[in-house]
Amino acid sequence: MNELWDGLTKAIELLITLDSEVMQIAGRSLQFAAISSALASLICLPLGSLIHFYQFPGKRILVSMIQTLYSFPTVGIGLFVFVFISSSGPLGDLELLFTPTAIIIGQMTLISPILLGLTISALSGVNTSIKDTALSLGANDRQAMVVVLKEARFAVVAALVVGFGRAISEVGVSMMVGGNIRGFTRVLTTAIALETSRGELELSIALGIILLGLALIVNIILYRIQQR
Amino acid sequence: MYLIETRDLNKVYGSKQILKNINLRIETGDAYALIGRSGAGKTTLLRILDLLEEPTSGEVWINGSRLTHKGTSALEARRKMAFVLQKPMVFNSSVYNNVAVGLRWRRENKHTIRNQVERILEMMELIDFKDRNARTLSGGEAQRVALARAMVIQPQVLLLDEPTANLDPLSTSRIETSISRIIDEFDTTVIMATHDMTQGQLLANKIAMIIDGEIVQEGSPRDIFYSPSDKAVARFVGIENVLDGVVITNTQGIAIIHTSDNQIEAVTDYPVGSTVSVCIRPEDITISKTRSSSSARNCFSGSIRRISELGPLARVELDCGFDIVSLITKSSAQELEIEKGMIIYASFKATALHVIGDSHVVETVQEESTRKKA
Repeated sequence: MNELWDGLTKAIELLITLDSEVMQIAGRSLQFAAISSALASLICLPLGSLIHFYQFPGKRILVSMIQTLYSFPTVGIGLFVFVFISSSGPLGDLELLFTPTAIIIGQMTLISPILLGLTISALSGVNTSIKDTALSLGANDRQAMVVVLKEARFAVVAALVVGFGRAISEVGVSMMVGGNIRGFTRVLTTAIALETSRGELELSIALGIILLGLALIVNIILYRIQQR
Repeated sequence: MYLIETRDLNKVYGSKQILKNINLRIETGDAYALIGRSGAGKTTLLRILDLLEEPTSGEVWINGSRLTHKGTSALEARRKMAFVLQKPMVFNSSVYNNVAVGLRWRRENKHTIRNQVERILEMMELIDFKDRNARTLSGGEAQRVALARAMVIQPQVLLLDEPTANLDPLSTSRIETSISRIIDEFDTTVIMATHDMTQGQLLANKIAMIIDGEIVQEGSPRDIFYSPSDKAVARFVGIENVLDGVVITNTQGIAIIHTSDNQIEAVTDYPVGSTVSVCIRPEDITISKTRSSSSARNCFSGSIRRISELGPLARVELDCGFDIVSLITKSSAQELEIEKGMIIYASFKATALHVIGDSHVVETVQEESTRKKA
């Protein structure tokens, strides 16, 4: 119990003193997760809408595969991205391994199935009459899609929250393709793993609490947007 | 050239045929009602007309052009129409934004949008609600928003699916008034689906009766209400008294029809031996305590089986050897001091009856009539 209490006080101390390294790590975590979530949403929201609106052979199988990928382990994604961007991989020439870009690509790969699947589910939950109403008032297919997306905004924001949460809390991808390089690719989760292995439990707990706090703040902001 | 024409339209879902050989011809300015029970195929027909569904076979033509369900021509055709669905589906935004949406999709400028939206909101008595979220409105108000949203784009054709289903009488009356204003004040052809006969009669100048996916009769409200083409239509339009019989004499169009143990006089051209159904509207039957000395050719005595009140009217069920229902005013019922079990007289004129023949008899009579004319 003492360790937990000490961790809590340490976290408060680090926050109050605005410890520069902790702030940098937290900022980096937030930045990587925000960029990967935003980029993944830009791809997954329209793609999920297309999959929802259009009928094509194999649609059910595709949706099932997307949903299966929700539970793909982060180290699995890390390995997959590693194979691609390592010096002997197909994208080796780009020298992305152990860079922030690699982490962002890995996190995008990780959360894309979640964003896609939850977007499809969100749109499926919208009354079909909404789309019919839009079409019957003269909307083209794209305008009707936007109407349905707007109607599903609560569920879509929930998908973004889940995706962001998964991105900021993952450790496997950041460790494997980011390399946990101090001042460059070290994020909260990799720092927690490192400090724990070094026996710095108080610091680990403090970083964990900061991670939770960050996730909470982002969730609150997204839900405030949702309420508008 | 018709504004809308359908040619042999069929729609099949699985093993069920929803629409059978629908051939509609709707002219510009028509207020056209598709009347039938729930599940008769009215909604499917409207959805096909609005290109929301494809027919299994057949064609839809608008302004002489055949409609296709894909590409920009489909969008162009759909933009000439507006469809108000049975359940008013308002978007989760303000009333103003709901009504403006169709104009925004057509890339109208802000000034035009504001003017047109405010004009239509005034007309629909919704201007005070313009900033309210449409989802917080009552069913009647939401339906008015749906109507305003459809009319703001000034469609050539307005499609209405059961515009007053599930609304209270007051809201129904307001919506009917709004539709009536649209018919009178806009250059819009209105096609509405309804199961409410009175509404069809009130708003439409042409009616198509649709039963089990088939148009069984088309004509003016008067044709449908007073000259139904078959028993199903007769019962649907509120003719409660339909008696089956056989024509036993016919002298210059005045026929005696034998029904169970009685004989009814009716004006009809059906020849002797024809199997017919006699339709008598309840409001055409008068009742009296003594045998009527009026011009009514048919007078039957019977005992009152039941009296029920319908607003200002009284519905009297009689057993005259055959069951018959009469609708009289409540004050007439009070004056006559009628009560259950009392023996009274029911009278109706031979000219007030409508006689329907079996289909093969109808064909024979029509052939005979054509031959005579020739």
